[in-house]
Amino acid sequence: MIIRYLGARVWILVAALVAAAILVPLANLALPANHPLHVPSYLVPLIGKYVCYAMLALALDLVWGHLGILSLGHGAFFALGGYAMGMYLMRQIGARGVYGNPELPDFMVFLNWQELPWYWYGFDQFWFAALMVMVVPGLLGFVFGYFAFRSRVTGVYLSIITQAMTYALLLAFFRNDMGFGGNNGLTDFKDILGYPIQADTTRAALFAASCIALALAVLCVGAIIRSKLGDLMIAVRDAESRTRFIGWRPEYVKLFAFTLSAVMAGIAGALYVPQVGIINPGEFAPVNSIEIVVWAAVGGRGTLLGPVIGALLVNYGKSVFTGLAPEYWLFVLGGLFVVVTIFLPRGIVGTIDHGWDALKARRRAKNREKGESEGTGNDPNLAASPAE
Amino acid sequence: MNTTRDPLPAGDGRDEAAEQARILQEPQGAETAPADGLAPSHAAAPKPAPEPASEPITVPRVSPHPYATERAVEQAKKEARLGARRETLLYLDGVNKTFDGFKAINNLSLVVQRGEMRAIIGPNGAGKTTMMDIITGKTRPDSGDVFFAGDVDLTKHDEASIASMGIGRKFQKPTVFEGLTVEKNLRLSLAGSRSVFEALLHKRSGEENDRVEEILHTTRMVDKRHRLAADLSHGQKQWLEIGMLLAQDPELLLVDEPVAGMTDAETEETARLLREIAEKHSVVVVEHDMHFVRALGVKVTCLHEGTVLSEGTLDHVSSDPRVIEVYLGR
Ligand SMILES: Nc1ncnc2c1ncn2[C@@H]1O[C@H](COP(=O)(O)OP(=O)(O)OP(=O)(O)O)[C@@H](O)[C@H]1O
Ligand SMILES: [Mg+2]
Repeated sequence: MIIRYLGARVWILVAALVAAAILVPLANLALPANHPLHVPSYLVPLIGKYVCYAMLALALDLVWGHLGILSLGHGAFFALGGYAMGMYLMRQIGARGVYGNPELPDFMVFLNWQELPWYWYGFDQFWFAALMVMVVPGLLGFVFGYFAFRSRVTGVYLSIITQAMTYALLLAFFRNDMGFGGNNGLTDFKDILGYPIQADTTRAALFAASCIALALAVLCVGAIIRSKLGDLMIAVRDAESRTRFIGWRPEYVKLFAFTLSAVMAGIAGALYVPQVGIINPGEFAPVNSIEIVVWAAVGGRGTLLGPVIGALLVNYGKSVFTGLAPEYWLFVLGGLFVVVTIFLPRGIVGTIDHGWDALKARRRAKNREKGESEGTGNDPNLAASPAE
Repeated sequence: MNTTRDPLPAGDGRDEAAEQARILQEPQGAETAPADGLAPSHAAAPKPAPEPASEPITVPRVSPHPYATERAVEQAKKEARLGARRETLLYLDGVNKTFDGFKAINNLSLVVQRGEMRAIIGPNGAGKTTMMDIITGKTRPDSGDVFFAGDVDLTKHDEASIASMGIGRKFQKPTVFEGLTVEKNLRLSLAGSRSVFEALLHKRSGEENDRVEEILHTTRMVDKRHRLAADLSHGQKQWLEIGMLLAQDPELLLVDEPVAGMTDAETEETARLLREIAEKHSVVVVEHDMHFVRALGVKVTCLHEGTVLSEGTLDHVSSDPRVIEVYLGR
């Protein structure tokens, strides 16, 4: 029943992610290097990074595609989750740092700090860090959303203040006296949960964890958009004020989705950091948040599959392109956004869906004509939801 | 304002606190009693149309302090008004609203009884839609009273809570949720919980399905149930919006120009539908189409420049020379 409820698309995507979580590590660890299906070790964290981006794009699309909130600040939630994980990884270094201080991370010793700031307490425990990965972005999303949505800030104004939010955090995290490593951020991680972070097996496990996390996120978003709340979100997107006149409170709908989305973005960031080995204030850069929007737009917003595919494709393109001419990447990205907006406004998946629906509708109309001439009734149930 | 019979010099506030306490202890009736001349008492036969106070209300006891007396008078006035409001569902009195210096609503007073259907007519810009905006909490009036079901002050509530109290609205420009199917539009409007978490975990009940079925039949939308609302014609959207109102099942329906853009046959149908709805609900309909208003056969109010120009049967209103001049005769 739940299989039918969520629709085939969600389950195919989940199955693909579970398969990737098993097969890619297997092909990396178990197959000999000269085997044609062997996945080289450098690729595992690279694809793992893309999977984290896909989860970030999915989180953004929950509020943009389904609720119409164009957030240009989701990079901030991602980075905060990343910092929470980075703080745990810093504490794991212990006395193995350059200065050999068992209590203080290197950058604090360098700044002549005598003791650990209070907000670093607890981050030597994985469970605490894992909790903060969700709580910190979630809390920021909640507080930000509470004020923004209650004051009925919408549209481009909301987008601008989300950019301002991530920019403010960028400036704050650049400061050395904030206690987050300033400009350099957090890096030189040694191990995670006791396993060496550079080892192939650890990376394979992190990759698998990212795929499973994305699969869970897909199930979660899929369940929401299939529920009555999902319909309500579409209603708020299409005619927000109308929902008020039938008694709904769109600000609560937005607050729920925005907070959940921030938590998802935070988890994606936490999985990203151990795979790339560094987190620095650059992750808060406003342009990062804009990139996320491009991924979702290219894939097709509001299609569930679209943001995932968009994030994977665009980032693969980015990796290829930055190998060739890194200085032009931003132009390519901008160009891509313009081209997609003008020629492919529904994105890749959206366009395919639309074509498919149109084809089905035409076939149905033809059948109906035939059916009517034969005297059989037309079945309205044939027109059931297109996503199935 | 000082309406005491025997005012004491201002500034003599020694016994103020004691006096106020005495006022509070006094049985309510003592203060409402003198107001009976202005409005019917609760026991009296229902006589609506509360007149704005034309003569000062007097309070039987003398207060040692003018302010305390003033408050007592205020209280007495409120009670007097409420007495009249008890039988009414919607009560607007002396409502004003100015947009950038333009008086859209000007000392508007209107009373709708429980179970009544009322038609509102009036030229473009008369303030008909603005009046609905004020009732539904979209626009706050600058001054005046807006009460629902006796003593609920609508100016103190927002759109969502007013809707939950039982006031539904159809907009002049039909607004439905275009990205959803007809059926889902209705399901979102169904009366029931409005909590986000309930919506997330919501399970369709048989009762709910029956209700949706019924509304689809009433509004002749059964074969369009899986169509996206965006693909409906203008007239169909109007009907869907009326269907959404039915699903919401409010006590009072505000219907703004339901037959705009409809064919004559559709207009007939809509009039039939609204009359049917009016059997169980109170309805306020705004409409320009005189045939439609005639088909409804109810009491008519003509608005002009934000105020009531004429009120009564359609024949009475349409023979009123002022109405002919500003509206019908054009
Ligand atoms: N939000 C607003 N800001 C400024 N002016 C407004 C606003 N809403 C209404 N008005 C003005 O108030 C006046 C009354 O408008 P309203 O829409 O209530 O008229 P109406 O009686 O519904 O007319 P119609 O028959 O054309 O629908 C108009 O002149 C309109 O321009
Ligand atoms: Mg109007």
